[in-house]
Amino acid sequence: MTPLSIAFLPLTDSAVLVAAREKGFAADRDIDLMLVRTTSWATVRDRLVFGQVQAAHMLAPLAIAVTLGLSQHPAALAAPFKLNVNGNTLVMANRFAAALDPDVARRSADALGTAHDFAAAIGLYHHKPVIGVVHRFSSHALMLRYWLGYAGIDADRDVALRVLPPSLMVEALRTGEIDGFTAGEPYGSVAVAGGLAETVALGPRIWQRGVEKVLALRRDWMEANADTVDRLLQALAAAAAWCDDPANRNELAVLLARDDYVGQPAAHILPALSGRLVLRADRSAVDVPDALLFHREAAGFPWRSQALWIYSQLVRWGMIGASPEHERQAAEVFRSDVYRRALGETGEPMPGASLKLEGAVTQPMAVGGHRGALTLGPDRFFDGAVFDPADVAGYLSRYRAGGSDA
Amino acid sequence: MIIDDTGLRATVLEEGLREAGYDDIHVVPPRGAFVARLERMAPDVVLMDLGDPSRDTLEEMLVVSRALARPIAMFVDRSDEAMIGAAIDAGVSAYVVDGLRKERVKPIIDLAIRRFNAFARMQTALDEATTALADRKTIDKAKTILMTSRTLSEPDAYALLRSTAMNQNRRIVDVAEALITASGLLGGGA
Repeated sequence: MTPLSIAFLPLTDSAVLVAAREKGFAADRDIDLMLVRTTSWATVRDRLVFGQVQAAHMLAPLAIAVTLGLSQHPAALAAPFKLNVNGNTLVMANRFAAALDPDVARRSADALGTAHDFAAAIGLYHHKPVIGVVHRFSSHALMLRYWLGYAGIDADRDVALRVLPPSLMVEALRTGEIDGFTAGEPYGSVAVAGGLAETVALGPRIWQRGVEKVLALRRDWMEANADTVDRLLQALAAAAAWCDDPANRNELAVLLARDDYVGQPAAHILPALSGRLVLRADRSAVDVPDALLFHREAAGFPWRSQALWIYSQLVRWGMIGASPEHERQAAEVFRSDVYRRALGETGEPMPGASLKLEGAVTQPMAVGGHRGALTLGPDRFFDGAVFDPADVAGYLSRYRAGGSDA
Repeated sequence: MIIDDTGLRATVLEEGLREAGYDDIHVVPPRGAFVARLERMAPDVVLMDLGDPSRDTLEEMLVVSRALARPIAMFVDRSDEAMIGAAIDAGVSAYVVDGLRKERVKPIIDLAIRRFNAFARMQTALDEATTALADRKTIDKAKTILMTSRTLSEPDAYALLRSTAMNQNRRIVDVAEALITASGLLGGGA
């Protein structure tokens, strides 16, 4: 068997990696998978970049930032597989949320109205609210900036963003160090169940199909180990299908609850898996069927247009200057070609293209695939903007310098 | 500056640095306003555990801080792969003020690597000693149960445990633990 180590953070969206090991999908493809539990993204990044592990469960924007040289030691990373789509929530302490629409279900469903309410609530609050984010280069931080920017809120000026690893968020909220946080599940559910916070926004109501974690590899290692990479991707695709099957949800939640994986009660992990989220401790659960996707709609396929959307956000928030060279480097992190090579013969639904408009699908839509039918789910942004990967500059021109909406 | 929670390891590292002639050393635990303290001290080199969860917080503050004008990079010389590898294996992470001369930084990081490794060996030895002590207590307890319930002498009780372990291809302490659990269930009162 080929030994392979993957660093991960204790989050519900490590599910595909955990299932690949525990349900034998990796062993079936002759891979001896070792999972290295890590607390912070900086450590995951360094373990991957300096070769302590061969692969990592990584925030998609972080993989791009490392490649662009924005996050410590630069290294060319490659993401040939997405480990999930969606999975994040924004929760705020009850003392802050009191100024928002008291109907938590309506509040979370109406991202547009709540963005404006949130802006008003900042003014009513007795200090600048401190919001925990898991990393500067996280999908959460980019979505939060995007959402707040719509209502004219400058995330660098009007709120205080505090970076903390996801597993430490609930405790920071309890001690009053932060007033709320945006993180991957199960931590939103844990904070809500403990009565410490209530849900203010849902990732899938800001961007219906938000890019989240990827499998990140060092590009040179990936190119030198093509056979291992192909077998790994086949194992992960099979594991993702298993994770998305409703019949396996309870078993998956119990598996993830183990101390060597997420280390939180299965009861708090299950809601995101089953799409039934409790938004406030004293309210019943609401349906969020797209809370977390592992396999449906070819969720694992790394669309290059999604890498370019992330790049556009890095430019928008002044984290990198716009240049054709940066744009090309960012797009090349998402390796749809490697995905095709590894999974082309396995019967996985395979998109015909590698770029698409992001945010243009309003109804489930059947698209041309090389094999079988592939239906893409609605992927709208809450503000109705459509991202055309062929015209990043045109897309960005709608935003004023400094990032907020024009 | 050393950012560390483990009092002992920080002491081991600090002593080493002082012996090597560095005297402006501050040990700061990664809690509360540690980044504000870091800003005030404006250190040349920050050493901390690679796996420390506060590294994300620290890196973010280094990006947004106005007080620390000079950028800080993880390693002063990115070409020295051997040193980086050794540091990562030892669990050392270093933030070094950009522009500080490599000849000045390398000995500090080399020393941190050696001290981190020495500390890890001490920790392993300590863990082993603790385990050995716990094992001996378990075995003593199992012996007592056998001595009372089957009126055996101490050497005979031990011999019985050992032969059972050998026959079942298990460790003596595992057999002892199983015996204590079973005795508890049967109300042996041991």
